[in-house]
Amino acid sequence: MSDTILETEGLTREFSGFVAVDSVDLRVKKGTIHALIGPNGAGKTTCFNLLTSFLPATKGRIRFKGRDITGMKPAMVARLGLIRSFQISAVFPHLTVLENVRLALQRARGASFDFWRSEDVLTRYHDRARELIADVGLAGIEESVVADLPYGHKRALEIATTLALDPEMMLLDEPTAGMAHGDVDRIVELIQRVRVGRTILMVEHNLSVVEGLCDTITVLTRGKVLAEGDYATVSKNPEVIAAYLGSADA
Amino acid sequence: MFGFTRTQTIAFLVMLVLIALAPFFLYPVFLMRVLCMALFACAFNLMLGYVGLLSFGHAAYFGMGAYITGWTMKFWHVDASVAIALGGLTGAILGLCLGYLAIRRSGIYFAMITLALAQMVYFFCLQAPFTGGEDGIQQVPRGKLFGFIDLSNDMTMYWVVASIFLAGFLLIHRIIHSPFGQVLKGIRENEPRAVSLGYRTDDYKLIAFVLSCTLSGLAGGTKALVFGIATLTDVNYPMSGEVVLMVLLGGLGTVFGPTMGAMILMTMENYLAEFGAWVTVIQGVIFMVCVLAFRRGVIGEIGGLFKLKL
Repeated sequence: MSDTILETEGLTREFSGFVAVDSVDLRVKKGTIHALIGPNGAGKTTCFNLLTSFLPATKGRIRFKGRDITGMKPAMVARLGLIRSFQISAVFPHLTVLENVRLALQRARGASFDFWRSEDVLTRYHDRARELIADVGLAGIEESVVADLPYGHKRALEIATTLALDPEMMLLDEPTAGMAHGDVDRIVELIQRVRVGRTILMVEHNLSVVEGLCDTITVLTRGKVLAEGDYATVSKNPEVIAAYLGSADA
Repeated sequence: MFGFTRTQTIAFLVMLVLIALAPFFLYPVFLMRVLCMALFACAFNLMLGYVGLLSFGHAAYFGMGAYITGWTMKFWHVDASVAIALGGLTGAILGLCLGYLAIRRSGIYFAMITLALAQMVYFFCLQAPFTGGEDGIQQVPRGKLFGFIDLSNDMTMYWVVASIFLAGFLLIHRIIHSPFGQVLKGIRENEPRAVSLGYRTDDYKLIAFVLSCTLSGLAGGTKALVFGIATLTDVNYPMSGEVVLMVLLGGLGTVFGPTMGAMILMTMENYLAEFGAWVTVIQGVIFMVCVLAFRRGVIGEIGGLFKLKL
């Protein structure tokens, strides 16, 4: 089982009677891009929140790199190398692009409790930060305040910030949501570039993105796993089609 | 130096000159009161302006600092430097204990918990024998600083208070512009994201809270030494309200705002004293005008007008 990096066993989350995630067994293979898809309200984002400990699970276990991380503090999960992004673009809006990325580098490399030192010591992270920013195609706007940037740039910046931690595994929550076509292509190309040596689990609505990128797809509906497999298998599954179009047994 | 921008350096120099010249034109005791409250306001601004947490019980740290400095001066006859340092230490320890309980919540809940805890400190001070109850600790001697600087002279005391204020002011500025300060900004901007990057945000908030309480205790201790008294007024909730008012009036999250706010409010209390109870009403009206018309505070508005970071 050494090729499984993230594994859940009977993962369940209830919200006062409503079961949002219902005994989900998920197995993500190391080095793959794994998609989590499903209609609205299927429990995809709740799943992400459980995996990263942003929400405690009602039942079930989560193992990351063979280690039980159920109930661990979210910051600790992040420190183990499981870094998530958010559905709404998770940036620090009133900091500059450079400062955003630097904040991640600063955590990875220590010295963040030093309140008596000048922030000039942080300039040693600038080279690496600029590299990462250039990598996601944002070179030249390092000093811009993030709040003023277009949406696509914010999402790219978010990925740069996540990459700054050099995570073994990334959880991307709808990385292309609300994007224009050109931006979608850029993000897809970016994910393809950064996947080397990493595992990615992503929630995505754009099925053409899923088709092009993902090795394995898990379909969730009403908190349960409906189907799993590669795109060709899953897209032909009549239950999946029914769930998406809501025609068969509705 | 200390991460000041050019305009901030100029503003800082102006402030330095004003502090140096003021005692030759104005009553030094009044100015010392302004400086103590300004330090308190700056410490409070560290929490509200830079961490984004409204503590509604900062009087507890200010007041306890005042009591401990007053008590150790009067009954232990320690050196003035030791007494003031103990005031700061009191703020730190109290801040660590109460902050540990409060920091897990944010927004209105944080404000309520800090207020409740501060009220407990108030009742403790009301009942505990060492505080002198309603009378407070009176006739605290100013004593000597480092054993040889006699503080009974108002001008000497003024320079000491001014030095403490400036040291505190610069320390806060350094904290904001440190690697630690960068993380604080990140937490204020987007806490879930900071957590997802692996920051244990509660730890950072608690450290900021303790630093803020330490400086509040220091300000309280200095105030007790200047006026020779430590009373329930220092530890009661109107003091917590006053510091919020000073910071909002001067400019939340600005470098010079809290000092400006303290100056305006203290000046009003001092020179409008002849209106008696009306001072509170006037303060209330000014507060409303501030919230309605210039929300960024005096310094914030000036900064916005000239596109400067003050």
